Amino acid sequence: MNYFPDEVVEHVFDFVTSHKDRNAISLVCKSWYKIERYSRQKVFIGNCYATNPERLLRRFPCLKSLTLKGKPHFADFNLVPHEWGGFVQPWIEALARSRVGLEELRLKRMVVTDESLELLSRSFVNFKSLVLVSCEGFTTDGLASIAANCRHLRDLDLQENEIDDHRGQWLSCFPDTCTTLVTLNFACLEGETNLVALERLVARSPNLKSLKLNRAVPLDALARLMSCAPQMVDLGVGSYENDPDSESYLKLQAAIKKCTSLRSLSGFLEAAPHCLSAFHPICHNLTSLNLSYAAEIHGSHLIKLIQHCKKLQRLWILDSIGDKGLEVVASTCKELQELRVFPSDLVGGGNTAVTEEGLVAISAGCPKLHSILYFCQQMTNAALVTVAKNCPNFIRFRLCILEPNKPDHVTSQPLDEGFGAIVKACKNLRRLSLSGLLTDQVFLYIGMYANQLEMLSIAFAGDTDKGMLYVLNGCKKMKKLEIRDSPFGDTALLADVSKYETMRSLWMSSCEVTLSGCKRLAEKAPWLNVEIINETDNNRMEENGHEGRQKVDKLYLYRTVVGTRMDAPPFVWIL
Amino acid sequence: MSYRLLSVDKEELDISPPGLKERNYLGLSDCSSVDSSTIHNRVQDGEKSNLNFKATELRLGLPESQSPERETDFGLLSPRTPDEKLLFPLLPSKDIAASATIGHKNVVSGNKRGFADTWDEFSSVKGSVRPGGGINMMLSPKIKDVPKSIQEERSHAKGGSNNAPAAKAQVVGWPPIRSYRKNTMASSTSKNTDEVDGKPGLGALFVKVSMDGAPYLRKVDLRTYTCYQQLSSALEKMFSCFTLGQCGLHGAQGRERMSETKLKDLLHGSEFVLTYEDKDGDWMLVGDVPWEIFTETCQKLKIMKGSDSIGLAPGAVEKSKNKDRV
Repeated sequence: MNYFPDEVVEHVFDFVTSHKDRNAISLVCKSWYKIERYSRQKVFIGNCYATNPERLLRRFPCLKSLTLKGKPHFADFNLVPHEWGGFVQPWIEALARSRVGLEELRLKRMVVTDESLELLSRSFVNFKSLVLVSCEGFTTDGLASIAANCRHLRDLDLQENEIDDHRGQWLSCFPDTCTTLVTLNFACLEGETNLVALERLVARSPNLKSLKLNRAVPLDALARLMSCAPQMVDLGVGSYENDPDSESYLKLQAAIKKCTSLRSLSGFLEAAPHCLSAFHPICHNLTSLNLSYAAEIHGSHLIKLIQHCKKLQRLWILDSIGDKGLEVVASTCKELQELRVFPSDLVGGGNTAVTEEGLVAISAGCPKLHSILYFCQQMTNAALVTVAKNCPNFIRFRLCILEPNKPDHVTSQPLDEGFGAIVKACKNLRRLSLSGLLTDQVFLYIGMYANQLEMLSIAFAGDTDKGMLYVLNGCKKMKKLEIRDSPFGDTALLADVSKYETMRSLWMSSCEVTLSGCKRLAEKAPWLNVEIINETDNNRMEENGHEGRQKVDKLYLYRTVVGTRMDAPPFVWIL
Repeated sequence: MSYRLLSVDKEELDISPPGLKERNYLGLSDCSSVDSSTIHNRVQDGEKSNLNFKATELRLGLPESQSPERETDFGLLSPRTPDEKLLFPLLPSKDIAASATIGHKNVVSGNKRGFADTWDEFSSVKGSVRPGGGINMMLSPKIKDVPKSIQEERSHAKGGSNNAPAAKAQVVGWPPIRSYRKNTMASSTSKNTDEVDGKPGLGALFVKVSMDGAPYLRKVDLRTYTCYQQLSSALEKMFSCFTLGQCGLHGAQGRERMSETKLKDLLHGSEFVLTYEDKDGDWMLVGDVPWEIFTETCQKLKIMKGSDSIGLAPGAVEKSKNKDRV
């Protein structure tokens, strides 16, 4: 089979970069498995409890980059208690002990401590890149260790983490010799920032391409920062508040004009809308615009800005843009690939900011659209059918109608047909989130047509176990299934236990599964971790006579090769 | 038995002290961005280490009352309990077996009032019952007890609640928005009436809050609070990251020592005092007027150092200094 020496095969493998492909290669034959594992530098672990660090290191001793994900997706919406797990400490300890040459660590929904960050910073001489997304458990002291000890730090990217801010001296911990920064994102820090240290750091980082500031960086500092980093590609503006005096504003305008490489803009947490026009000169270069936190930019200012952004590929905004605003987007942004429309009024005041009309307009105007996340107040089947016709290329389609169980507002029918049209037309659909009034029928459609579907989010939907069964039987590529508040029970859960071996995980909360159903599942499938998260003492559950029929609050099951985890808190019961 | 406790207190409620008013707890479940800074944080005390609170405590010296007890009130057995358990009583308990599930069709919308009242029940109980035993018992009922008790609660609630809460109750974790986003939006959104696209209906009332020594100001929606206590807690939480820094100046190391220093500072009168600018442009101490009048006249809030506030309503400052701090 192998006519080439290993080195040649390895060289060929170097061109294969995607995880899926490399995983596929390793399955071809023993020889390829061996070559592949020694040459693998980047590993992606979608569920940190599916394996353990020892196995990782045994198989991939030349590891340089590791991506780990911890808590299940619904943890984002506070459905998972904070102490559930997802600790990175054991991983860092193991990696440090093994002396592997780690250069990059990307974590999502994990618990990271200052201790972990300190250990990380001291253990890997060539450490270059730290990306933390939706993590928690650490403070700016941990960031200080990273800044101080990682001599070759290239990326420090903190996205939407919960960080205890001990008041911003961490920036001064970057040594004067540190000139390698390419990415610095601390937008999620709440506290004060040492502006002098920041400006000096930016000034001595000629490779800095991505800078995302937090709220505490005012307008005049922004102008100075942009002047000393005209090579900036990705900028997150922090505070844009306060009417700037004319001098500061002029300086800012001048600085912005020089940033001809700027392609991505975000932030504007506090924004004086009329100052946005300072950015108009560079808008025609922008490919990515994230104004989803800019609650103070409304109506005409927003539209004016967007009208300049003809090359936009990615747009994240608030629904205050309205259907009219979306029509402007549709007519201006012909290159648009990804759109996210977030709700601005979370109190439920019932203001109809965007409706199905905006969605239809976008689908009609943006032929390259493949990913959408759309929060709205109402939807119709007709609109969804039109959208499906206009955009058969969707890879990700996530629709969130704010009121649970809301039907088609014109016909009062369930939205089965609308979503059915989407899955039927979009043959490459990989991710789907449902909402509104839905019966088992929509799941029949999904099972029949959504052949590439990997992730499905279900809430307040379905009538009987059949719904879930359609999905489990039909979607061969399903990886992550998460369900809440839907009437699926033990029958669906237990119908095909071997299915779960092909999936990464299943989440079911506020459904109809019972404790005895879960126990039976755990017995049948020892290679699964079946976790029950209950608010009450789990011992009490056993004592009750009704034990078997007791419904389970939250069920999270996932395949694993390393059995029950040892770090589960008392309220998590692993069967 | 935990619910009997509830019903007893229900009667006491009718003559409860003025401070314990009907509360608008729509944010309890972390679904509401605006409220999350108050309720969210309060409820999640059990999850963050308690150290957090000791270290970041900021007493705002309101004349009428002190900030509510936080550590033991929500000395949760398990962190999620108040969120989940108390929000379950959205449903009529036709489906009894275990945790009352929410989300079966057509039920959610019909029961929002029930939830809000139930939560109101709970919040009022907190004030009048010894926190540790009462709350814990209520928070961790046996599963099968829950539905029965929910019915009890709900009938009590419907019977005796005070003013109707302005907002609808919310479902846990819905809409599916990350808490980070909700928290960020809560402190950023501006719905001032001079905006063309200002939102009607609930009439949010955002005012700017600045603090001596803080690098930027925040905004709070006065409509999400119904009493000074809530406002005070929310502000304490919001500005805690700055006060921590203040402690740092004293050279304290570690959180525990910081909290000692902090408390000492408070006792020696360098505490922060909450003031507001009224429609006439005068700076007043917060807490002297009834809450409704306050919300109508307050234009801006400012957290001043105690020493700076001596010139304002001296009686109030005196009162707050003498008040017992916990």
